[in-house]
Amino acid sequence: MTTLLPPKFGPYGGQFVPETLMPALIELEEAFVSARADIEFQREFNQLLASFVGRPTPLTYAKRLSEKLGGAQIYLKREDLAHTGAHKINNALGQALLVKRMGKRRIVAETGAGQHGVASATAAALLGLECVVYMGEVDIARQEPNVFRMKLLGAEVRPVSSGTKTLKDAINEAIRDWVTNVRDTHYLLGSALGPHPYPTMVREFQSVIGREAREQMLMEVGRLPDAVIACVGGGSNAIGVFSGFVNDEQVELIGVEAGGSGIETGRHAARFGDPSKGRVGVIHGTRTYVLQDEDGQIAETHSVSAGLDYAAVGPEHALLRDHERAFYTSATDEEALNAFQTLCHTEGIIPALESSHAVAEALKRAPKMRKDQVILVNLSGRGDKDLNTVIKELGKE
Amino acid sequence: MTRLETAFTTKPIFMPYFPLGYPDLDMSIDVIEALARNGADLIEVGLSFSDPLADGPVIQHATQIALEKGITVKKSLEAVKELRRRGVDIPLILMGYYNPMLAYGLEKFVRDAREAGADGFIIPDLPAEESKEFEEAAGDLPLIQMLAPTTPPERMEMIARNAKGFIYLVSVTGITGERQSLAEGLGGLIAQVREHALQSVPVCVGFGISTPEQAKEVGRMADGVIVGSACVKMIGGSEKPVEAAREFARSFREVLR
Repeated sequence: MTTLLPPKFGPYGGQFVPETLMPALIELEEAFVSARADIEFQREFNQLLASFVGRPTPLTYAKRLSEKLGGAQIYLKREDLAHTGAHKINNALGQALLVKRMGKRRIVAETGAGQHGVASATAAALLGLECVVYMGEVDIARQEPNVFRMKLLGAEVRPVSSGTKTLKDAINEAIRDWVTNVRDTHYLLGSALGPHPYPTMVREFQSVIGREAREQMLMEVGRLPDAVIACVGGGSNAIGVFSGFVNDEQVELIGVEAGGSGIETGRHAARFGDPSKGRVGVIHGTRTYVLQDEDGQIAETHSVSAGLDYAAVGPEHALLRDHERAFYTSATDEEALNAFQTLCHTEGIIPALESSHAVAEALKRAPKMRKDQVILVNLSGRGDKDLNTVIKELGKE
Repeated sequence: MTRLETAFTTKPIFMPYFPLGYPDLDMSIDVIEALARNGADLIEVGLSFSDPLADGPVIQHATQIALEKGITVKKSLEAVKELRRRGVDIPLILMGYYNPMLAYGLEKFVRDAREAGADGFIIPDLPAEESKEFEEAAGDLPLIQMLAPTTPPERMEMIARNAKGFIYLVSVTGITGERQSLAEGLGGLIAQVREHALQSVPVCVGFGISTPEQAKEVGRMADGVIVGSACVKMIGGSEKPVEAAREFARSFREVLR
């Protein structure tokens, strides 16, 4: 009953799942640990990251944006340029290779914004796996292009009409499918969430972002950044980029949650940002900060970005926050939309609405910093998928 | 002897599940009382949760309605107290997910549950690995451990050795809900679990048992038969839930004796 790797991050994490799934988690951990030590597996993974994903993704100096803000110099880690348009592919490929190794033939995945669904469908097509993606009906409506993309890639997209019809409910359905078909099915969880070993495994597969970014900063800029900013839904892009700098104490790590309509309105997804609703609890197999009501029912969340619209945060972020190694703040829908447009105009880059939350924090911070200081923003995805939402939101004004 | 031990003196026992607050709170109390008076030996009293990931559509729907009608942990515990006040004296096991219990406060939850007259707990998202915290709070009230068809033999032995109250054997690889037929190889699975549990506690089988015929078959092999979704569907779908509960309990009682 002991795990091979630590199952917890301080008081957070763990394995809160039905007994039916425990053997699958044990098997998954074994496969992950053995793959990690296997040079051949690492070679195959790295080779796919290079030849299929297009890594390393570039580091871009946001010159006009930096000049406009008049403070710190802003650099963007361009995960939006990874194949499929977001960082999600790193983890999807890593896990899909593990699925082959375990001899399973089918994957199920959840998706909010659709980026992880597209990444999973892509990895499944590449490696010849059957793929079913669960997606809330609300998200299907707001991320239509990605739904079509997944279907083109051969995945089956199953709409989820239970509960709030968003990411949380898609995860419930994916877990129910997994419980039922666990003998031949792997749950390809897309964020640094869920029961052990997922948070550790997803961080590991996303750590390539931080490794590359650190090396690029040193090689191309000649120094480490003063601050690294990333958006935090479940928190996989953030934990990926943070992992590269977590041992560099002088580098400030900043996670940005979805502030939705504003913390005070109650319509948001700021687990750390709203102590009245964000408390430590257990959801989807892990103990972490969860937005919930007084009775422990999981709260409805709101964000203009489907990928951040989730009631819980990855357990490692909860520990990084406790240790004050990372700081967490939030950006509202309005701030994110503003940042979205600013980056389009000044840099010719259309960021995902999720990533726009990180950009929004850079817009707030940079003017208060000196010109010789440096901010690294993890631009986790591109915004083509969000055009419908943005047109609608901007039309309101 | 505790209420729970007494319940297992005549086997196999019949153990229906019903969630408090569905179709509304008063009706659910009447339904559970009717189940108790018409042949249930033990009742799994359901606490509702917004994200019941081990449950199929029937129980999802019922607990969702219960939540919409305002059920809370506190009201659920008061309902258990009311059932005791009405003279229901069979064991009542609280079945619910972990987060609402954590939010209530584990110590307080266990204390209030004990005071209300609950006899134990089933928490589907709390596997053996994570049980310690709850068991420490629960003291002598048992946290029922679950075993699944996917549980390997060594793990089965380890869980069975530490089991309290009874073992809840999940008969199918999957979520709760009715099935056309019993899972293949169920007899072998039950025999395997019994071998490990023989010295310690009774073995009850649940998930996917829908009809009295299926219950009868399982009852020949196990110490108890758990019926959830079929019970909720039959009673919840009826115009007269209390009468439906009576009839439902009698129909299972009849075949299990």
